[in-house]
Amino acid sequence: MKPDKAPDAPAPSGQAIEVRELRKSFGDLEVLKGIDLTVGRGDVVCVIGPSGSGKSTLLRCVNLLEQPTSGTVTVAGTEVTDPDVDIDRVRRRIGMVFQSFNLFPHLTALENLTIAQRRVLRRGKEEAERIARANLARVGLVDKERSYPAQLSGGQQQRVAIARALSMDPELMLFDEPTSALDPELVGDVLAVMRSLAQEGMTMLVVTHEMSFAREVADRVVFMDDGVIVEEGTPDRVVGDPQHERTRTFLARVLDPAAAEVGEVPDTGPHDKRVDR
Amino acid sequence: MSMSRRQRARLFRGVQYAVLFLALAVFALVADWGTLRQAFFDVEIAKALFPEVITTALVNTAYYTLLGFGFGLGLGIVLALMRLSTVPPYRWIAIAYIEFFRGVPSLLVFIALGFGVPLAFEVALDMGVTVMLSLGLVGAAYMAETIRAGILAVPKGQTEAARSLGMSPGRAMVSIVMPQAFRIVLPPLTNELILLTKDSSLVYLLGLSLGQFELANFGRDALNEHKSLTPILIAGLLYLVITLPLGHLVRRLEARTAKAR
Repeated sequence: MKPDKAPDAPAPSGQAIEVRELRKSFGDLEVLKGIDLTVGRGDVVCVIGPSGSGKSTLLRCVNLLEQPTSGTVTVAGTEVTDPDVDIDRVRRRIGMVFQSFNLFPHLTALENLTIAQRRVLRRGKEEAERIARANLARVGLVDKERSYPAQLSGGQQQRVAIARALSMDPELMLFDEPTSALDPELVGDVLAVMRSLAQEGMTMLVVTHEMSFAREVADRVVFMDDGVIVEEGTPDRVVGDPQHERTRTFLARVLDPAAAEVGEVPDTGPHDKRVDR
Repeated sequence: MSMSRRQRARLFRGVQYAVLFLALAVFALVADWGTLRQAFFDVEIAKALFPEVITTALVNTAYYTLLGFGFGLGLGIVLALMRLSTVPPYRWIAIAYIEFFRGVPSLLVFIALGFGVPLAFEVALDMGVTVMLSLGLVGAAYMAETIRAGILAVPKGQTEAARSLGMSPGRAMVSIVMPQAFRIVLPPLTNELILLTKDSSLVYLLGLSLGQFELANFGRDALNEHKSLTPILIAGLLYLVITLPLGHLVRRLEARTAKAR
């Protein structure tokens, strides 16, 4: 692992994200039951698992959109769960992409990308617009800067949302099911942008149902079920040759919904199954 | 007996029109048109009202209304934010204020500020200030509830996205939530402006000098002078000159909002 070079953050380690003994309850419902997870710098980690398994909550605990009940989360050397930490300052370094895009509907695509640069990073108008245009070009939407979100397709909106996060020059990116709200034919463009980000060496923690993306792009895949990490490892191991019954059941459902309907779990593992969305 | 459903519907419709025409015919025969015309629309009297009914009365009505609306809007925003505060005493104060001023008649507030305050504190409030406070204090209570509803109508994901970009809660409110909330509440706020336009007639109570006359006062004054309802009719029509376009604006804004989502 590369050492932490941030001068103001004497890091205990060089990890991008370190989650220790993380627990989160909503009322009586314990959603995360002691999660330990490490994401190294430049790593792409995909979190998979059935809905309700707590994977989105885990992601939202990393930038403190959810306040953990107990445990620690350390991002790039800063313990975000420390009550004395200025969370707004830490969040600037963490890009977040939501399932429902959450673009600002009253602003154009360009303004969506400049507003936080200007109001939070205090960049000048011209600098902010230059950076915004560069990031719109990066996601292939340079001609849409004057469009309002409502005038864009879902796939375009999500790419603008990625560009918005990138405009803050984040050290890492969190993706919360970024393609789940998209029509199938629009998924490809968003995944292509994420793939190229991974190739550029961006640290990424991705909650997803896109098994082909996980297999192809992830350095590590984490399978969660019922608030715990059941297994994690290389994509070839977790997706290709899962060790746990729960993982096998889940993958069978995701990769071949028809088989799961009759409760059939292929015992050979779904190596050669076509990925089906 | 053996009528089809369609025949029955046609008959019922015919009866309704027949009753209407009958009523109109009776009214036309019985009414004393000469007297009515004289009382409600005496052209000579109507002519005598202009141009002051526009240049003084209509202008003053608009002026008083905007004073009250401006003050009420500002106070309403503050109250809405207090109502949504995480600090309980702020919420309590806002709730108490809103409940009080929505519950008491505007007339009472006018009396309190127009006569009560000058008598009790021995200060003569400026006319504009009195009107601004009287209309604004009540308007703010209604607008606070409207604005609060608008803020709550902005999806939670908007705040989350803003906070994820490093914005503070206040910055997210000002830059992201408020602009969207205002779009949502523009139609109901315009309605509030219409209500305030009509409530501005209560200024009449305060005892105005000639130059301060607004529509209601002007109409009342001219009624005494001419012994005719014509000035009241003219004043009423001029209220419509303000309120009808505003009502039309509300419908257009609502249509636009419906299209935008």
